[in-house]
Amino acid sequence: MLERILFNVLQAAVVLIFAPLASGVLSRLKEMVQSKRGPSIFQPYRDLWKLFHKDEIASEESSWIFRFAPYIIFVTPIFVALLIPVLTRYPLFFAFMGDMLGGGFVLALGGFFATLAAVDTANPYGPVGASRTRMVGFLAEPVFMIVFFTVSFVAGSTIPYIVQQKWVTPLANFFAPSHVLLVLAFVMLILAEGGRIPVDNPTGHFELAMIDESKSLEYSGRGFALVKWGGQMKFFVLMCIFLNVLLAPWGLAGEQTYGAVLLAIPLVLVKVFCFLLVLVGIESSLAKLRLFRIVEFLGAAFITSVAAMIAQVFLP
Amino acid sequence: MNDATKQLLENLNALAAGLFLLTAFGIVAMRQARGCLNLFIVQSLLLAASAALLGLRYDSGHLYGVALVNLISKPIIVPWLLRKTSPAEVYTRREIDQVLNIPTALLIALALAIGAYFVGIPLANAVGPEFRGPNVPIGIAVLLLGAFTLTVRREALSLLIGLLVMENGAFLAGISIARDLGMLVELAIATDGLVIVFIMGVLVRAVQKQIGTTAVGALASLKETAAPETDEALR
Repeated sequence: MLERILFNVLQAAVVLIFAPLASGVLSRLKEMVQSKRGPSIFQPYRDLWKLFHKDEIASEESSWIFRFAPYIIFVTPIFVALLIPVLTRYPLFFAFMGDMLGGGFVLALGGFFATLAAVDTANPYGPVGASRTRMVGFLAEPVFMIVFFTVSFVAGSTIPYIVQQKWVTPLANFFAPSHVLLVLAFVMLILAEGGRIPVDNPTGHFELAMIDESKSLEYSGRGFALVKWGGQMKFFVLMCIFLNVLLAPWGLAGEQTYGAVLLAIPLVLVKVFCFLLVLVGIESSLAKLRLFRIVEFLGAAFITSVAAMIAQVFLP
Repeated sequence: MNDATKQLLENLNALAAGLFLLTAFGIVAMRQARGCLNLFIVQSLLLAASAALLGLRYDSGHLYGVALVNLISKPIIVPWLLRKTSPAEVYTRREIDQVLNIPTALLIALALAIGAYFVGIPLANAVGPEFRGPNVPIGIAVLLLGAFTLTVRREALSLLIGLLVMENGAFLAGISIARDLGMLVELAIATDGLVIVFIMGVLVRAVQKQIGTTAVGALASLKETAAPETDEALR
């Protein structure tokens, strides 16, 4: 029992520690594709370190929400990391505290407070970014719903630890149409929710075109560091859900020993790295969509997820 | 062949059918005529894959023939014919006219695909259990989507592709129900399709020559305006 709690905490720690690394690797890879050298992969850590040592300035006009939101944005991905399989293929201590829908709600809570905080400041760009994020959010919501419904329909459960085994027992299930189409739909969701290129440009510095970034424009010092770190962790958690729950549970620890669980850390990181390579390919080959084309992009994701459901229903 | 391999083949066939459905949605939503054509090529390849997988699964040499005919006629000859006959201007134009905007069209297409379930399942239940599979309901869904493409598009080339999508859907349903139809019939159908493509391609070229565009949606009504000089003559 103690081991399970320890492993569970270890999962959260892995998300906490390696989330900036993943974002550093991603930006380095993108720069390399553009034949630049790019910053070191450890740059996000240095940024966080620097920000934690700077003074924090908050507008006099802002309320408690502005001061409170960074902590929620920071904490919610850690909560989700306790619920989902990051390192192990057997359920851990908190696994049955919430299913995938519960995890989705917890992540949405962080997004909700980020939006509130952006509206709370009197900065004109904050509310613009906030309302755009909401637009992307409410278009992504039905896709999330259909994906989860289809998953629960196929696997008979929404607990991620049960779902992940379904895709590889037997191995033929890996090629089931519902699985492949769900994976496609979820990749599009990750792009939309993570503020990645066809939907949003994470490296852009033009406030009018920002979607995700403009929400944190008013933050400085420690608050900004927490918001940034929280965003990186949210992306890492989404990748973990995708790679470990929806794609395949390969590389995860099967035994309850310290060795197996520690060995799973590099294996999971290799998986994440492979996914980042795919992501760089997508980001480098597509252009950012105009704002109102995002509707069509997420419409395509919705159609894909419904096609997954239809293909599952149509199987005799 | 052991059970695991059978299961794998059935799942791969279902996957081909699922992606087949997805391409049909893509054809409804695609803006460019060239994109429509490319999606149609992918769809035909998936159809051939489904036929080959079913042939492997049920040991039917005839289905391999179907796969081969489909592999040659649709992804290779149809685009070649279209490029030869229809004007190049169609491919270069970026946006094509549609009666509905794309999200609405997609939602209606979705309703049609779900509606196909209620048609497809009784049909699938009527045949023997070894013929049941995702092919019949998905084939019917794609048939409906092709018909829907025909109704919402206003561009001659996309209309033609809608027609071909309908044919693809009917084929996908057909290969799972009638596994040994006779090669002659398949060849006849394939040739028919090519003739239709050829005639339509020539027609599109003629339309373009006459009115300077291939947006045939503008040809909804026939108007006979009297030319000025005939007016004079009448007086």
